[in-house]
This record gives sequence, structure tokens and C-alpha cells, in this order.
Amino acid sequence: MQKRGAPFFAGYYILLLFALYLPIGILFLFSLNDGVVFAFPLKGLTTHWYRDMLRNAELLQAGMNSLQVAVASSLAATSLATTSAIALLRFQFKGKSPFIALALVPLLVPYIILGAALLVLFAILGVERSLWTVAVAHTIVSLPYALLVIMARMVGFDKHLEEAAQDLGATYVYTLRRVILPLIAPAILAAWLVAFTVSFDEFILASFLIGRRPTLPVYLLSQLRFANRFPQVIALTVLVMLASLSLVLLAQWLQRRGSAIPESDRSGQFARVPGFEDLAFQGEGSSEPHE
Amino acid sequence: MLKNRTIAWSLLTPSAAWLILFFVLPMIGMLILSLRPDMRGGPFQLGWLPTVKHYQNIITGEVYLPLLWLSIKVAFGVAMAATLLAYPLAYFLVFHAGRRSSFLLTLAILPFWTSYLLRIIAWKTMLGSNGLVNNLLIYLGLVEEPVRILLYSRLAVIVTLVYVWLPFVALPIFASLHRINPSFLEAAAILGASPWRSFFKVTLPLSLPGVIAGFFMVFIPTVGEYITPMLVGGTRSTLYGNIIELYFGDGANWPLGSAMSVVMLAGVLLLALVISRLVDLRRLVG
Repeated sequence: MQKRGAPFFAGYYILLLFALYLPIGILFLFSLNDGVVFAFPLKGLTTHWYRDMLRNAELLQAGMNSLQVAVASSLAATSLATTSAIALLRFQFKGKSPFIALALVPLLVPYIILGAALLVLFAILGVERSLWTVAVAHTIVSLPYALLVIMARMVGFDKHLEEAAQDLGATYVYTLRRVILPLIAPAILAAWLVAFTVSFDEFILASFLIGRRPTLPVYLLSQLRFANRFPQVIALTVLVMLASLSLVLLAQWLQRRGSAIPESDRSGQFARVPGFEDLAFQGEGSSEPHE
Repeated sequence: MLKNRTIAWSLLTPSAAWLILFFVLPMIGMLILSLRPDMRGGPFQLGWLPTVKHYQNIITGEVYLPLLWLSIKVAFGVAMAATLLAYPLAYFLVFHAGRRSSFLLTLAILPFWTSYLLRIIAWKTMLGSNGLVNNLLIYLGLVEEPVRILLYSRLAVIVTLVYVWLPFVALPIFASLHRINPSFLEAAAILGASPWRSFFKVTLPLSLPGVIAGFFMVFIPTVGEYITPMLVGGTRSTLYGNIIELYFGDGANWPLGSAMSVVMLAGVLLLALVISRLVDLRRLVG
């Protein structure tokens, strides 16, 4: 192992961490600042933005809308990812690579293009824009992540467990219910949490496909013009931030707890969650089904 | 491996159908729409004659291609800077952080899970004329008046985007460094390679897949970026994405917006293809 330069790297890490947290820390300060202008010097300490926020029906409604979109899209994406992962890793059939390419290609498409394309589609189909159209768009972008998380887990456990169940006379559905699903449950939950956080914070697709009821990020941007209301919005997002941090930590914990990889090798588990570089850039040449 | 095709396809069909309906079809719809002369008659209108005039307009016009090129350059710069800054971070975590590497990685990634818009707004606050950066410059006596070009400039857009994406890029680099077999590095050392040499001949080539993945995880969203220029870039920092957004929004010129999207997507996919090929070649040589 290269041990030289350790103090340099440690210093770099601390500096970078400081730079990463500073802007967030400043926003947090403003959510407690007794003034509507976002400028230094700070006025005084207050919690009234948090109290106002709890009485701002529009803001809370936007939060509820985001919650609705995130729950619907993450449940859909996770179910689709689970069934696909089982089919891809446990069955032999033609058409696997085209399917994997199709499911992962959304990662290569900028959101603005996907948003515009879905806008066109819904206009042609005559579907009115609403929270549902936003949720549909979110399933497309969170499906690849969910699929990668679940597939990474399924590669890790012993296939013989299923074969044993079937040899002992279990039907496939019974094996699925009693063997496969319990084994991959932690990964399914982790995938769901990733899909949920992706959706909850998503702005670009939402801004293209939103109807009359805004999601939280869309509402947040619309409030930027009203200086006196903005600190409340910041206060809510600080709370949301804390909530999503706990979700991410929970996802990480689940991922590690359900891991089949030996203790000594676990440190890389979280990094492997998106698993992006494993799959996204292999078979590059064959991965443009549209165009 | 089971060979029951009925079960396999009944498991796969919902996802395939969903992806075809809400990903492939919209892309085809957009391609068709980009050939339509105008939107007269609404989205259902049939009987129009296909035209390539929007593509001609994009290619010969003085605005579109230069703006696309600018967007690509900005995205390239942002992705490059984020990758270069994230690499030592990932390197530290894998080779120097020991047992705490997982925790320290999580700590560095957490900012990425805070609201995207809010992180951009945070920079708007920091770079503003009463913001932290100007306060600091004045306090240190480096400037007397607030520096106004900090906010509403292309530099502000680039700095903000690097900040936004940096933690995310560290993930694939960390994963690829983590997977390197330590005995390769020991072998290099035993055979007398200097630490630099073993870095450039062993560590770096083996971590390139993670570096490339990280690069594209930033490059792709940044090419289409329009929010950051809108919030911290000011009117002079408009990018290609802002025009697409305009044509699908208030500007209401869907066919031209579609053609612009098709051109951008073609550019992005082409670049992804070229870079992934280049890297394969280099790995063969290295």
C-alpha cells in the first residue's frame, strides 16, 4: 500500500469536506436568521420561519404532492426492477442484452430531453399534465438505479438455495415467495429508498410535466421571487434534507446488513450501490436503441 | 439458470412495456415532431409534410451550434474539474483512510443528497455582492468594493456545477480504486517501481473505468443544464438547454425544440461512444 503523502491527502479531504458543507451550513444559518435578505451580517436568531412554515398551507401541500409522486414512482420503479432482475439473472432466454441496454440508456439521456419528449408524448396521447405524469417520468430515471442495486445483490447470493427449493418440490412461485424475495428484501428496500430520494428532489422532469399542483422543488423555485416567503421554504427544505439524509443512511445500513460479501470487503459496498460503471459503459456500442 | 421462457417473459414484460411506452415512444415522437414544419392544428394534426428546415436552421443559424458547442465546453470543463477534484478524495479514502473509509465516504457524499435547487441557491447567496465570498475578500483587504462579476457570470455557473456534482463523481472512482488488487501494487513496488510510476502504470489505468463513468455522470446532465445558468449565470450565460426549455415553454416552438434536442442527444451519444473507444485502446496499450 502506498502510505506516503498521507498527511497531504488527509488535509485535502478535510478541506474538501469543509467546502462541501459550507454552502449548506450557510443556508441552515439563514433558516434561523431573523431577516428576509440573504446577506451578511446576520440579524438575530429566530425559529419563526419554522413556525410560519408549519402554517403555510401551500408549502405543506407542495411537500405532500412531492411525497405522493415519490411514493408512487418509487414503488413502480422498484417492482419493475425486482421482476426484471429476477428474470435477467435466473433465466436463460434471448433478448437479455437489448433489454439491459434499454433499461440503462435513460442514464445517458439528459433530463431536459426526456422531459420534453414525454411532454410531446402526453400531448399526443391527450393526457393532461398532473402529478401522475411527473411520477411516470420519475420511474424511467429511477428504474436503472433500482435495477443495478437489486442485480448487485442477486449476484451476491447462492443460486443453489433456489435450486434446492425446487429440487425439494417447491413450485416456482413458492420458491419466489419463500426463498428469493426474503433474500433480496434488503436490496429491494435499498433500491426503493434510492428511487424515492431521486424522485423527491427531482426538478427538471417535474417542471416540464407538472400540472396545476406543484411538487416541492417546483414550488421552491416559484417562491424565489418572494423574498419574505423564501426563508420558510428554506426551513422546510432543511427539514426535508435531514429526513432524506436519514433515509440514505438507512439505505446504506440495509445494503450492508443484507450483504453476502465477507466483512473484510464491505467497505466498498456503498460505493457499489449505483454500480454504474459495472454495466452502463459495457456494450456501449449496442446501447442506442432510439435514434 | 432456468429455461422456462414463459416465466422469464412474464417477469420481464411489464418493465419492457413500460420502457417502450414511456421512453422509446416519446423519443420517436420527438424525432417525428422535429420534422414537422409548425404546430398549426395542435399536436393531433395529421397531413403535414416532413421537412428538415429546423435542422437546417440549427446548422446554418448563428446561434444554435455555437451555443451547443459552448454547452459542451462548459459541461466538459465541469466534468473534468469535478473528476480531477474527486480523484484524490477517492484515492485518500481507499488507500489512506483504513477501516473508516466507508464512513468518511458517506460523510463526503451526504451533501449530494440535499436539495439540488437549494445547493445552487446556496451559491447564489455566497457569491452575491453581500455574500460570504465578497465579505471575506473585503475583510482580507483584497478588494474595497464588492466584486460584482462573482455572481451572474459563466465562472459562477461552472463553480456551482462543480460543487453540485463533485460528491457524486467520487462514488464510481472509489468503487474502481477499491477493486484494485493490492498485490498488483506490491508487485510493482517489489519490482522497483517508484510510487509515481506505479500510480501511472498500475493504479490509474485500473481505475479508468470508474473515472470515465464519473465523468459521464456529470457531463450528461450538465450538457442539458438550464437551471444553474438561470439562477447564478445571468442573461449573458445562457446555454443551449435554456433555449430548448424556452421553446418547450413560453416560446412554444416544439418542432424546433425537438430538433435541437435530437441534435444535442446525437452529440452526447457520439461523444460517449468516442471516449469509451479511446479508453479501451489506451487500456490495451497500457
